[in-house]
Amino acid sequence: MITDVEIPEPLAPLPGATVNTNQGLLQWISSVDHKQIGIMYLLMTLFYLLVGGLLALLMRVQLMVPTNTFLAPDSYNQLFTMHGTTMIFFVLTPAILGLAVYMVPLQIGANEMAFPRLNAFSFWISFFGGFLLYFSFLAGGAPDAGWFSYAPLNQTQYSASPGIDYYCIGLLLSGIGTVGTAANLVVTIITLRTPSMHYRYLPVFVWMVLIDAFLILAAFPSLNAALVMLLVDRQLDGHFFNTDAGGSALLWQHLFWLFGHPEVYIVVLPPFGVLSEVFQVYSRKPIFGYPFVVGSGIAISLLAFGVWVHHMFATGMGNTVNSFFAVSSMLIGIPTGVKVFNWLGTMYGGSIRFTTGMLFATAFLVEFTIGGLSGISFAIVPIDWQLTDTYYVVAHLHYVFLGGSLFGLFAGFFYWVPKISGRLYSETLGKWFFWLFVIGFNLTFFVQHILGIIGMPRRVYTYPNLAGYSSLNLISSLGAFLMGVSMLLFLYLLYDTLKRGKRAGDNPWDGYTFEWLASSPPQLKNFTLLPPVYSFRPLHDLNHPKIGDYQKPDEEKYGTKDVD
Amino acid sequence: MEKLSILPSVLSPASAQADRIVSLTSYFIVAAAIVLAIVIGSLVYVVIRFRAKPGDKEPAQFTGNKVIEGFMIGVPTLLVVVFMYLTLDTMADVLPPEEDTRPDVVITGHRYWWEAAYPGTEAIVANEIHLPVGRRLLLHINAADVIHDWWVPALGAKMDAIPGRTNHLWVTITKPGVYDGACSEFCGTQHAWMRIKVVAQSEADFRQWVARKEKAANPVLSASAQAGAAFFSRQPCGSCHRIRGTAANGAVGPDLTHFASRKTMLAGLMENNPDNLRQWLTDPQHVKPGALMPRFSYPKDSINVLVAYLSALK
Repeated sequence: MITDVEIPEPLAPLPGATVNTNQGLLQWISSVDHKQIGIMYLLMTLFYLLVGGLLALLMRVQLMVPTNTFLAPDSYNQLFTMHGTTMIFFVLTPAILGLAVYMVPLQIGANEMAFPRLNAFSFWISFFGGFLLYFSFLAGGAPDAGWFSYAPLNQTQYSASPGIDYYCIGLLLSGIGTVGTAANLVVTIITLRTPSMHYRYLPVFVWMVLIDAFLILAAFPSLNAALVMLLVDRQLDGHFFNTDAGGSALLWQHLFWLFGHPEVYIVVLPPFGVLSEVFQVYSRKPIFGYPFVVGSGIAISLLAFGVWVHHMFATGMGNTVNSFFAVSSMLIGIPTGVKVFNWLGTMYGGSIRFTTGMLFATAFLVEFTIGGLSGISFAIVPIDWQLTDTYYVVAHLHYVFLGGSLFGLFAGFFYWVPKISGRLYSETLGKWFFWLFVIGFNLTFFVQHILGIIGMPRRVYTYPNLAGYSSLNLISSLGAFLMGVSMLLFLYLLYDTLKRGKRAGDNPWDGYTFEWLASSPPQLKNFTLLPPVYSFRPLHDLNHPKIGDYQKPDEEKYGTKDVD
Repeated sequence: MEKLSILPSVLSPASAQADRIVSLTSYFIVAAAIVLAIVIGSLVYVVIRFRAKPGDKEPAQFTGNKVIEGFMIGVPTLLVVVFMYLTLDTMADVLPPEEDTRPDVVITGHRYWWEAAYPGTEAIVANEIHLPVGRRLLLHINAADVIHDWWVPALGAKMDAIPGRTNHLWVTITKPGVYDGACSEFCGTQHAWMRIKVVAQSEADFRQWVARKEKAANPVLSASAQAGAAFFSRQPCGSCHRIRGTAANGAVGPDLTHFASRKTMLAGLMENNPDNLRQWLTDPQHVKPGALMPRFSYPKDSINVLVAYLSALK
């Protein structure tokens, strides 16, 4: 019944640098292979994760006790600016791009991205954008107006060091790379799927990446335009945001958050896709409600562009504007809730294997729900008026970015590292890392909810010794150090996997999608032959012909059969 | 001092508006706790019940259920509708439009301190802001340079101070007391030390206070204070600071007319006493790095008479 189809392959090799396979670094630098570029993206992510984490630890040392003098105020302001900028633009964004670039061609049965050289270009320009941003430390001072860089604080009369110029150019370069990769992913998914893989058979991860790529294409131009305008203000005396010369402070906020809020979904949708794969495979069941999981992703991406003003409820724009954005922001809770409950439904009735990847996915459900619920409190405008710009927001955003995106990415790391490296990681080390990280994470950030409620504003380099402030900040700092220790363990785990890990084989988890059909690690040419696709679990159909989805009618594949 | 039975927070309101927000917050907390309990409860059940056991076969491969999906969409939608109503209702109560009312207080955020002027009177103060209890007050919020944010948790909503705009807040204080607050929008180097103290007092006390603050600076008597006054007027102090009743009428730094009556200085950074003042005048950039006050390197004697002068400005 299942017959193989041949994968089309260009007749002539791609023009480009010709290097032998064993030329070490040169082979990586000149590579246009999607897997090598994906790995380089992920290494870049790891590097900046450590750098950004180190910045955070320095901040937590400063905040460990009230009126501390460990860091000068200007240094602290540079650190928190660089921490946020690094984590958003040089950790989470390249992490999702790296996973997408590595896995999408494999999951859709392609041998390459649609534009391999654009892929390399996009990576390298993002990579050097990061270097340029960090070069500001040597060039007279890092940016110091926050990752959001509000006007008019971002103007030369208030921030004279060249930091913000480097911020503009660095983010512009990496933003161009991000847009390039997004366009590449869209074209790849539309044109390079194996012929029988209809959209309704796309793996959930690929769906999320496709939606995500469109989000990037629509959101990043707003940021890129704002950065150019800011650079014009600073270098050519433009007056877009210079309030002293009649510019508008709020214009920057609109342009920034029109990008900034979709960016939150940009870095969380692909992890949603990762988790959908992880929940299915480790529960030994297909995803519960495939069309609803995909559809809620589309709903989130559409709503994403109508909610940005919830970052600006305290700017005094009036109740008419605020009401519209309150409603749209609350609506986001519905598709997000649908996802959480569908994942629970996926686990329900399964035979759940609690590998480290699955542990992260399970913990994600709790942490992300906390982050999602605290997020709703910002859609409820009067609560937002009290809690915005306090440590409650810091807690919320870390529950979403870490508890949501990063937990999803860790789940993906443990799920896919046998495929990428060809080796199995040690579950013992993995579980130690998981527990240390989860405990550290909750210690650090849960108490910050309370700090916000008792009135501690965010972005302060120190604080007075008011009731409750000292002890809660101390707990938070200790938690941060626990997370730091757990990251060292993660590095050791990575080393241990690459050095001593057992051979993984092609399909150690009995996975459902085509990447598990390729060898581990996949060869330069991913596939030569692929079976036809009859469901969103083609490899499951192939390996479990007796219970495969391919024999079911469509409505049973998706759980959309009418209930009698 | 009031006894602190619980930590002062957004949940211990002292104004009608803050109180309104607290009731909305408590509905939200209950709803959120229920949702979280459902998620964690079902997760714990699923984790325990469906943990893989050795020898497990592949489980039943069911793919979904339309009725359950209907609940997943329907129940949150109901919750959203309820909270939408509560939100819009509370918003309209807490922050209605200002409708051409004359503001009771005009608050201006500066790097890194707060100025409060009371329209209809001559009073201008800094950082320690008195307000009357039991009356619906209209606050105007402005910024002199970058964006700041006025936030006193016990009094309710925060509001951005944005250059080129005038924002407003309504506050009906219900309990006399001293309420802490802080600038809540990152505004530069010393954002952390841009704290607010609101003293809420009875209408009569408030009127007396305003009457005192309306007066020009009282004449200084001691010789050293007089020497300080002379030094102050010879130096450029008056181009940034105002001391009503003297030639000093700068509007960049805080008004010093009644400087000595403030309990703290530098927007809550330290207690207002001669020692701290001497330290500040000797090296401002050491005490509060990034503050706009330059270091003048005055000789010790001059600083001592300046301290005597400023400490006499009750």
